[in-house]
Amino acid sequence: MSRIDARFNELKAQKRKAFVAYVMAGDPDFDTSLELVKGLPAAGVDIIELGLPFTDPMADGPTIQLAGQRALDGGMTLDKTLGLARAFRVTDQKTPIVMMGYYNPIYSRGVDTFLEQAKEAGIDGLIVVDLPPEEDDELCIPAQKAGLNFIRLATPTTDDNRLPRVMQNTSGFVYYVSITGITGAAEAQAAVVGPEVARIKAVSDLPVIVGFGVRTPETARAVAGVADGTVVGSAIVAQIEAGKPVPEILEFVRSLADGAHAA
Amino acid sequence: MPDDLINSYKTGPDENGRFGIFGGRFVSETLMPLILSLEKEYEKAKTDQSFWDEMDDLWTHYVGRPSPLYFAERLTNHLGGAKVYMKRDELNHTGAHKINNVLGQIILARRMGKTRIIAETGAGQHGVATATVCAKFGLKCVVYMGAHDVERQKPNVFRMRLLGAEVVPVTSGRGTLKDAMNDALRDWVTNVRDTFYCIGTVAGPHPYPAMVRDFQSIIGKEVRWQLAEQEGEGRLPDTVIAAIGGGSNAMGLFFPFLDDPSVKIIGVEAGGKGVDQRMEHCASLTGGRPGVLHGNRTYLLQDDDGQILEGFSISAGLDYPGIGPEHAWLHDVGRAEYVSITDKEALEAFQLCCTLEGIIPALEPSHALAHVMKIAPTLPKDHIIVMNMCGRGDKDIFTVAKHLGFEIS
Ligand SMILES: Cc1ncc(COP(=O)(O)O)c(C=O)c1O
Repeated sequence: MSRIDARFNELKAQKRKAFVAYVMAGDPDFDTSLELVKGLPAAGVDIIELGLPFTDPMADGPTIQLAGQRALDGGMTLDKTLGLARAFRVTDQKTPIVMMGYYNPIYSRGVDTFLEQAKEAGIDGLIVVDLPPEEDDELCIPAQKAGLNFIRLATPTTDDNRLPRVMQNTSGFVYYVSITGITGAAEAQAAVVGPEVARIKAVSDLPVIVGFGVRTPETARAVAGVADGTVVGSAIVAQIEAGKPVPEILEFVRSLADGAHAA
Repeated sequence: MPDDLINSYKTGPDENGRFGIFGGRFVSETLMPLILSLEKEYEKAKTDQSFWDEMDDLWTHYVGRPSPLYFAERLTNHLGGAKVYMKRDELNHTGAHKINNVLGQIILARRMGKTRIIAETGAGQHGVATATVCAKFGLKCVVYMGAHDVERQKPNVFRMRLLGAEVVPVTSGRGTLKDAMNDALRDWVTNVRDTFYCIGTVAGPHPYPAMVRDFQSIIGKEVRWQLAEQEGEGRLPDTVIAAIGGGSNAMGLFFPFLDDPSVKIIGVEAGGKGVDQRMEHCASLTGGRPGVLHGNRTYLLQDDDGQILEGFSISAGLDYPGIGPEHAWLHDVGRAEYVSITDKEALEAFQLCCTLEGIIPALEPSHALAHVMKIAPTLPKDHIIVMNMCGRGDKDIFTVAKHLGFEIS
């Protein structure tokens, strides 16, 4: 069983919603980022989404764009991102890590080499924004074969005809994108998201986690309430951008996690 | 070279939008349903006579097609070798080949019921063409342009605004064409329901590379009959040459000749300060390697870690770190040859064209012309070269003045 599956079984047994936190690897620098990631589980984070920096993050708003730029300017690379995961695994073997990013750095490394290295570094799943089901042969299928979960995005434009295709070849959980838009944009609306989650659940047994546009403990609670959990990214990254010290950022993360867990 | 149509170079892309390993649909899920419906709409239009009738009417009466095929006699004599023809797409309404494609996409957008058009632009020519056609049809138009390009292409920025478009200076990344494309894609995922993304070159996710190529192919189709008219029935060019940013004017000229083995095909990339390890150029094929960006797999300028590098060129229209996937494929299978020309060589060709032919070319086709200047003297007098004069230089006079040491603004 993958770490992700194990974590969802555990949450189910405890009747708890999942709280997922996104941070960009190497933002603002390697050491600070590692310290932050190491502190996430104790702040209530059930699954860590680790951003792989890319020069051209087409699905991201300014907050995460700038985070990627800070990381790259600080010399962050794919190897160092894997190194960060490896360093985290020294003290934590349970919290799943999902690497989130874009395809080119992975393609550039070579898919087989990358999968071997990611697995060895303790990465459990992948979210690659620019790989829709039409391109499953590229990475999705090889990743599943290598024992990594390939987590798919479903969106408000994924209609009922298309949904089964999107759910095919996916595992771990489904990431429902609450808005048509980029990260850090409009506020997610639980009333709108609820029926969408139900639509996905009708064709898939996987847990559905909702992200994009969740910024406050209140929204985290409302959105987690109509799904299996929620993701916060830009709001946390904005604290890093503002230069807040790690303990203060973790306090904010704790408030979001409490929100989600109260659902 | 194929001997029969089964091995034609013109059958691509396949149903997955691939030319060999290049192309594809590397976009976020939000955009996928729209891209599939665009593909459907385009497939329908392709065989719909009323669609092409509308295009032909606009090409004739609004754009001014066919554009002339002009024998550049003084240039030919000056070079002392091959006979040089120019395909005068710089005489089109709005001053470049870009409008050929924009008309097609806007007619499709109207058929799909989209009311808002977005575009990216580098030199501003595609932005101006899009703003123009949107004005003609009463559509809302938003153009993304790198902040750096807004600065170096001011006349076109003002033109777009006069035409009623909103020009958004893009400051993300380094503020050039690739960043403008990123922001256009971000706008598109946000406003996907009412917005049509009018891409300006043969790049992006399938079906854009094929669709834009088909719209631009009017260039090569005209060259075929125009040259026959001037040089005799059945006479084909021996060499066709075009400049490449994303590669749309080049694909438009090349495509109708892909299956004519006697026609040599040469694409000219922007060599900037020289194609070497400094990477101060935009020659994706000569200085890049395969990768995935902006919806397709193609040759890209990138570092060892798969991070995309900024291109560099005196020409804002060639300043893109990628190239259309069909060119990547034609390069790999060897059907077309790709070379690069430096800023300095392009500037020399620009000046020569002004004084010998009375044509002020854009900096983009000046690159193609510079390569003509290199090879024409080595070729026999009965060798015919057709180069694509795909844009006029009005937009570039400030840049050129600066490089020649004049102060005009
Ligand atoms: C006159 C002209 N030529 C060429 C280009 C490059 O585009 P493409 O390679 O798609 O023809 C541009 C782009 O702005 C242009 O304005």
